[in-house]
Amino acid sequence: MPIALFWFLAAVSVISALGVVLQRNPIHCLLALIVTLLAIAVMFIGEDAVVVGFLQAIVYGGAIMVLFLFVIWLLNLGVEVGPSGHLALKLFGTIAVAAMTAELMAFVLPPHLQVKFAGHAAGYGSIDSLSQTLFSEYLVAFEVTSVLLLVAVVGAVALARRSSAAEIEQHAADTARKAQRVS
Amino acid sequence: MTIELIVGAIEAILMILIGLHLAVFLLYFERKGSALIQDRVGANRASFTGLGKRLGLPNLGIINTLIADPIKLFTKEDFVPEGADHFLHGLAPFVALFPVLITFVVIPFGDTITLGGRTFGLQAANLNAAALYLLATIGIGVYGVALGGWASNNRWALLGGIRATAQMISYEIAMGLAIIAIIMTYGSLDLQEMVRMQGGVWFGWLPRWGIFVQPLAFILLLTAGIAESKRVPFDLPEGESELILGYMLEYSGGKQAAFMLTDLAEQALVAMLLVTFFFGGWQVPWLYRDGFHLPGGAIVAIAPLLVSIAGIVAFLVKVVMVCLFMGLIRWTLPRFRYDQLMKLGWKILVPLGLANILITAFIVVVSGGAH
Amino acid sequence: MVTLPYLMALSAAIFAIGVLGFLTRRNILVMFMSVELMLNAVNLAFIALGSRLGTMDGQVIVFFVMTVAAAEAAVGLAIIISIFRGRETVHADDLTMLRW
Repeated sequence: MPIALFWFLAAVSVISALGVVLQRNPIHCLLALIVTLLAIAVMFIGEDAVVVGFLQAIVYGGAIMVLFLFVIWLLNLGVEVGPSGHLALKLFGTIAVAAMTAELMAFVLPPHLQVKFAGHAAGYGSIDSLSQTLFSEYLVAFEVTSVLLLVAVVGAVALARRSSAAEIEQHAADTARKAQRVS
Repeated sequence: MTIELIVGAIEAILMILIGLHLAVFLLYFERKGSALIQDRVGANRASFTGLGKRLGLPNLGIINTLIADPIKLFTKEDFVPEGADHFLHGLAPFVALFPVLITFVVIPFGDTITLGGRTFGLQAANLNAAALYLLATIGIGVYGVALGGWASNNRWALLGGIRATAQMISYEIAMGLAIIAIIMTYGSLDLQEMVRMQGGVWFGWLPRWGIFVQPLAFILLLTAGIAESKRVPFDLPEGESELILGYMLEYSGGKQAAFMLTDLAEQALVAMLLVTFFFGGWQVPWLYRDGFHLPGGAIVAIAPLLVSIAGIVAFLVKVVMVCLFMGLIRWTLPRFRYDQLMKLGWKILVPLGLANILITAFIVVVSGGAH
Repeated sequence: MVTLPYLMALSAAIFAIGVLGFLTRRNILVMFMSVELMLNAVNLAFIALGSRLGTMDGQVIVFFVMTVAAAEAAVGLAIIISIFRGRETVHADDLTMLRW
């Protein structure tokens, strides 16, 4: 990956990650997160992990973030007004994160982490080699993941629906009462 | 190295321009072509000093649809409704248009062309994993519509936006399943490879087009593609009789033009995908690199430059024909109701897609290799 | 030439921003988005190391992390919707029922 591209993508992802954390409007946070995810996906492609990079764009950017968007719509979240949270927590949080970052950088930046990089074999990161490894060494994990996805779908539907007819009636009555109060 | 970059950039711009011009052609077809299908006159009011009428020419409606309408759209006042998010309101049309335009560059529109002694491939971006790139950009295309509906501070627009988003993500799955079956048939993710494999003939006369190998995938991709581009019969998000204009409600002027263009450009994109996967892309039947090899055994030699140009022309002709077919569907069928739409997407197309993948996998394994 | 420390430093930076978001913001959805940021930072680290070491293991692990993150997002958002139905709030400080 050319170094100019790396610096551009790094700047984009760090700035939009800060945007996720600092914005007041949840939809702006979501948009910033999508930009971060796409920047990271392009970085994957730059590191020759082509299939996984596109999968990141498809799965994260195209599906999970749409799920977040739907939940924000459903809960009708607006801009957060006023200060939120305790100042002490924010202060201690920032100091702790700064300390953790310093420690991580001290571990990662020195040259002892350099690995001899001789270029990739042809077909590295292609769908052939990914599926070879996935279906031979990691087959059990693959099967278990499919069961996990099924369980997650069933669980999400079971959690999010209104369970009984009584609850549906109650919700309808609540909404009608609220509308009456407003009008 | 630089000349390839320049040629790639020129090809990319060319493909995007072809896409946009197809979208404009579809706009013209929507006014006058629909009039032809529905046995009425269509747009015929705007004319240039009555010149055509004085000369006795029939009113083709070109000035009306292609000159007067765009001038009107781009000179309208652009307002943002009260209480709406200015940033998102301005961003949404272009977030909608961008993924559609950048998908045009991976579609191969010719084999290779040799100019001045150098050979260039006629595909702007030669990605190894082009089919995955398609799915990624179609997935990103959801956000423009979603943000457009949300940012308008209008509950009808929001309803249209929610419906559009739900419809698009449901039919993305059907589209993905159809594309997976095609990838299994050709054994490659590269679009140029897939088109190259569609050369040649079976039984001496039948061209090896994808539609003869994967007819079910063709129907799936056609349906899912029309649903993705939100054209009738799937245009419930812009349900004109119910939601006025759906998610485009609070947009006027250039931004509405961008949304409309997204719709039409996506229809053109789906037509290009159908041609690439199922109708042989730029392959002219019985035309190889050195000339025609006709079924009777006759061989007509043709210069290589003409062969390349014939490929490009064939591609454009096929795309226009598929676009016209989709326009025919549009003006024939009534709109689906929302529950019918969702039932079609989830309960009919997804099982059909999975069954198609199973059958294709079985055939590929039994016949020992791709295609 | 992009060397490994650059990529790992970027991964550490995004992870730190995610932790910062999780600790400072009190809106549950933004906290969830910070968790996704942390997961993505770790994905980047896996891909970088896998690429430098020349094995496909990094990419396969990222594949699994992505799948598990999708499942976790679905279930987590369903829980948030359930909580919202009962309490009408997404502010984490208002959810004090289990506090002693």
